[in-house]
Amino acid sequence: MTDQVSMLIVDDEPSVRESLKHWFIPEGYRVETAAGATEALDKLRDSSFDIALLDIKMPGMDGIELQQRLKEIDSQLAIIIMTAYATVDTAIQALKQGAYDYITKPVDPDDLSRLIRNAAVQRQLLRENLSLKEEIRSLISVDQIVGESWQMQDILKLVQTVAQTDVTVMIQGASGTGKELVARAIHFNSRRKYFPLITINCGALTDTLVESELFGHERGAFTGAQYRRKGKLELAHRGAIFFDEIGNIGPKTQMDLLRVIETKRFTRLGGNQVVEADFRIISATNRNLEDAVKEGAFREDLYYRLNVFNIQLPSLKERASDIPLLVNHFVRKFAVAMNKPFTGVDPLTMEWLKQQPWPGNVRELQNAVERAVVVGKPPLVTVDDLPCPVDLRASSDADEVLPLAEVEKRHIRFALEKTRGNVSLAAQLLDVDRATVYNKIKKYGLNY
Amino acid sequence: MVLLITIDFAGEIERLRNQLETRFRTKVNVSPRGFDCRPFLDLRRNQYSSSAIIERLERDLPAADSKVLAVTGLDLYIPVLTFVFGEARLNGRCAVVSSYRLDNKFYGLPDNPMLLQERLLKEAIHELGHTFGLIHCHDPECVMKSSTYVEEIDFKSSRFCDKCLDKVTNR
Repeated sequence: MTDQVSMLIVDDEPSVRESLKHWFIPEGYRVETAAGATEALDKLRDSSFDIALLDIKMPGMDGIELQQRLKEIDSQLAIIIMTAYATVDTAIQALKQGAYDYITKPVDPDDLSRLIRNAAVQRQLLRENLSLKEEIRSLISVDQIVGESWQMQDILKLVQTVAQTDVTVMIQGASGTGKELVARAIHFNSRRKYFPLITINCGALTDTLVESELFGHERGAFTGAQYRRKGKLELAHRGAIFFDEIGNIGPKTQMDLLRVIETKRFTRLGGNQVVEADFRIISATNRNLEDAVKEGAFREDLYYRLNVFNIQLPSLKERASDIPLLVNHFVRKFAVAMNKPFTGVDPLTMEWLKQQPWPGNVRELQNAVERAVVVGKPPLVTVDDLPCPVDLRASSDADEVLPLAEVEKRHIRFALEKTRGNVSLAAQLLDVDRATVYNKIKKYGLNY
Repeated sequence: MVLLITIDFAGEIERLRNQLETRFRTKVNVSPRGFDCRPFLDLRRNQYSSSAIIERLERDLPAADSKVLAVTGLDLYIPVLTFVFGEARLNGRCAVVSSYRLDNKFYGLPDNPMLLQERLLKEAIHELGHTFGLIHCHDPECVMKSSTYVEEIDFKSSRFCDKCLDKVTNR
């Protein structure tokens, strides 16, 4: 039997030990006996047991003391104390010390059988629980936060600190800076990690939809509500809820949310039953919420409720020193995912990548590398593999409008990089003659 | 071969012998020997220790290729439990079964000799099953299903399930 329940019977009376042993063996249990505390402790050190039946009165060390010692060796052991004269004090003492239960001798066979079965089930559930947690731990793949810059090192310290608490966190940063990644890192390093992290993208939902998504609804709450549906707050029970783009929620939802944050109680749409949920709130926004508060677009009281612990994520431009690390990380990641033997990036290309403004931040960089791994030829990613208009799109996507001369300078540099400094080829690509290219190189001080 | 020994048993041992012989397809004899059960009486409990009876049977009986089942009308116990219907040594030679708590009269109900005989047969097969190496079975109708109160005995049949039967016949 692979899942055979094992039992250790400890009693100084041989007739008790032997009769119990012979009674339990036909039940399919593996049974061992010990005449006293020393033998019991030795047996538990040598072998693993699910259940221990301990006589309370034994010479040397009594059952209560032995229970403590056994628990020090195996904290999960289900201990049942046997006593001839049950007193409330003894029972309380045994249970306080973590005994699974106690019995008064003699006990009804049916009661003992049921007690042992339940203890075995509890032990099995504990084991399953531990093994499932291990499995979950191995399955939870929190993408690594990559960065050696001082800014990212500070962020990592903040994540570690705040993860250990239940504090409400607001993550602010431009689009593509990794707000959701940080939210996931906080959740999966917290004590709530075995419970869900529910994400709600407030940017994609209207006020009415957010309400239904958050609170759920009862059957018939509105046309099409054919079944009762749990809301995201209810689903996040014992876990966390991540409000992405919190700055986009409307006034009504702001009001509802404020109430829920204060009470952690709500009702489903169309229902009267009060639902209580225990969740942690993590929110993120790329908007300047302080400005929104000043403009009256975001409730000040809600802002302060959400912004208990603030994490500001830097743009990629502010931590440009991390670009090589990020690029190499993405190359490895996509090379594995696409089964292509890329080993890194050509040095010139890396230089070029470092100089780009990356208005779309890490997400844009990641997309560029992903594309390069798709179209490129291993082992090195070269500038040819990168999305052609990265340079130009970067300029056009940026908030600033560049002078025409700057655009021309960048475009000529791009053509020269693509042709690896071959002026003739660059001239062909630009559809001008070679002399023009030479003149522009001189004019803009390009190193070719 | 199975040897039956009666200890203060007033029931129909010959009938039980025939039933066991049919069920186990082996010779079943009734021992003419008496058995002194007085040393196994616990005066405070007014019950007899089934474990001690089995030990005595194991010690006193000559080595032979047979199983021994003691059938008694006495109330049996093991130290931690309030009572037992019977006891056996897994893969051993000896077992004991009691009719004391199988009798309707014990529960204040009208006498039912047929039911008593049926219960005794089930428990006798059950305990002998242990001596043949069978552990408790989860099949609710199998005779090897554990019974801790008399209604459970009534619920199961007096037959082995296919799995238990295979184990017994393949020994």
